[in-house]
Amino acid sequence: MAEAATAPRAQTSPARDPLLSVRNLEAWYGESHVLHGVSFDVYPGEVVTLLGRNGAGKTTTLKSVMGILPKRKGSVVFQGKELMHVPARYVAREGIAFCPEERGIFSSLSVEENLMLPPQVKPGGMTVEQIFELFPNLKERLSSQGTKLSGGEQQMLAIGRILRTGAKMLLLDEPTEGLAPVIIQQIGRTIARLKNEGFTIVLVEQNFRFASTVADRHYVVEQGRVIDEIANNELEANLEKLHAYLGV
Amino acid sequence: MFELLGIPPQALFGQLLLGLINGSFYAILSLGLAVIFGLLNIINFTHGAQYMLGAFVAWMLLTYLGIGYWWALLIVPVVVGITGIIIERLLISRLYHLDHLYGLLLTFGLALIIQGVLRNQYGISGLPYAIPPQLAGGQNLGFMFLPNYRGWVVVASLVVCLGTWFVIEKTRLGAYLRAATENPTLVGAFGINVPRMITLTYGFGVALAAFAGVLAAPIYSVNPNMGADLIIVVFAVVVIGGMGSILGAIVTGFGLGLIEGLTKVFYPEASSVAIFVIMAVVLLVKPAGLFGRTA
Repeated sequence: MAEAATAPRAQTSPARDPLLSVRNLEAWYGESHVLHGVSFDVYPGEVVTLLGRNGAGKTTTLKSVMGILPKRKGSVVFQGKELMHVPARYVAREGIAFCPEERGIFSSLSVEENLMLPPQVKPGGMTVEQIFELFPNLKERLSSQGTKLSGGEQQMLAIGRILRTGAKMLLLDEPTEGLAPVIIQQIGRTIARLKNEGFTIVLVEQNFRFASTVADRHYVVEQGRVIDEIANNELEANLEKLHAYLGV
Repeated sequence: MFELLGIPPQALFGQLLLGLINGSFYAILSLGLAVIFGLLNIINFTHGAQYMLGAFVAWMLLTYLGIGYWWALLIVPVVVGITGIIIERLLISRLYHLDHLYGLLLTFGLALIIQGVLRNQYGISGLPYAIPPQLAGGQNLGFMFLPNYRGWVVVASLVVCLGTWFVIEKTRLGAYLRAATENPTLVGAFGINVPRMITLTYGFGVALAAFAGVLAAPIYSVNPNMGADLIIVVFAVVVIGGMGSILGAIVTGFGLGLIEGLTKVFYPEASSVAIFVIMAVVLLVKPAGLFGRTA
């Protein structure tokens, strides 16, 4: 019984207790049933990606973990706590931070106000100076209107502002979408740096070449389920299979 | 005695002052409506009744408890604001997932109930509320006579309006409010309690209306219809300024009060329709309002 509910495990999964454990997650947009039982684990300090085609349910998975979708069932356990039945603000206060695909920069707020908006939920978040060190562009544009920034700068702001909060688990939804290659490289270096600093990251990506440069493991999502798990060092051996999954 | 365009200056400045007084009330009331609409997406048709309730509670405090004007200015917004919080928690919060129309019907119905109850109890002839002794009398400015209380109304409403603007546009609390107006889901996902913010915002908007009601009590007679008469004009002001715009509500409120005053001097027959003519023109030329942001 329990076996069927467990996510597929590659041999490389660290033998520790998972930080985040998602089981049989189902979710609906209105009447439409989008997730049909997503299960996966994320271990402390890992970077894990959810790969899959458009509409496979990757973004919905992140939103359901975050508690943003009202209609969902299954189990989301974070640091041993069940988060299924609490609204998003409690999930955030447990130390999970979300960076949405559309970035969610507020146009009526300045860059500085955007950066300072998310409240600190745990001690030990990055200081503003450390964030400027990661993203020097932001420092020069503090008084600009948030949405006057370039797409890349908006993405940096969207990531930067959740680093202040003390959340140690980051859910990043397609942070490279629509950005120039040089910016994508900068985001990639940032993710590697954050991993070094002890952050645990779940990354939704369409671009598996980018994903392979930053991630430890990949989960393949299709039609609202996790259908496979591939360790990053086995990616080359599984390219054909992956191409079939992603239709590239 | 000199004349301006054939109008004696006393008449001109007198009407301008009246316009400024009306504008003060337009500004505070439309500001409250704008704040509520911005975050709750509800057009608060109870606003006029809550303004009237402010005047009535001030009158009750004085008549039944002997509490005077200055304390009323503090107590009434709190008391009426709390009734607003109860209304939001108990009733309005159940409608957020429905069409705007339901919020409009609910708040309109509430206005009718509040007005009906007070009309039944106190009639419609109006109750007197004396100007506080500290503000009795007036100043002769040479070109016109300025009653002290009227000067106070303009100053007090300016201070309240600018204070509100400052809090919303320049503080951290205001940043939360502006962010939640744009994207409440994401603000909630940052760990902020958006439902509580919505409740307090409604309470604050209602408290603004009640504050205006206390200011109005010594000028207009305290009667159950005083809000209903005023609120129609205030809605026109909000439409002209642009729904949800804070600065727009303040500037348009004072501006239209003055324009209305000038109309009374130069073409009195049009004074009661001037604002609505401007509203029609603005809707034709700039449907989002003078200060409104087009989505």
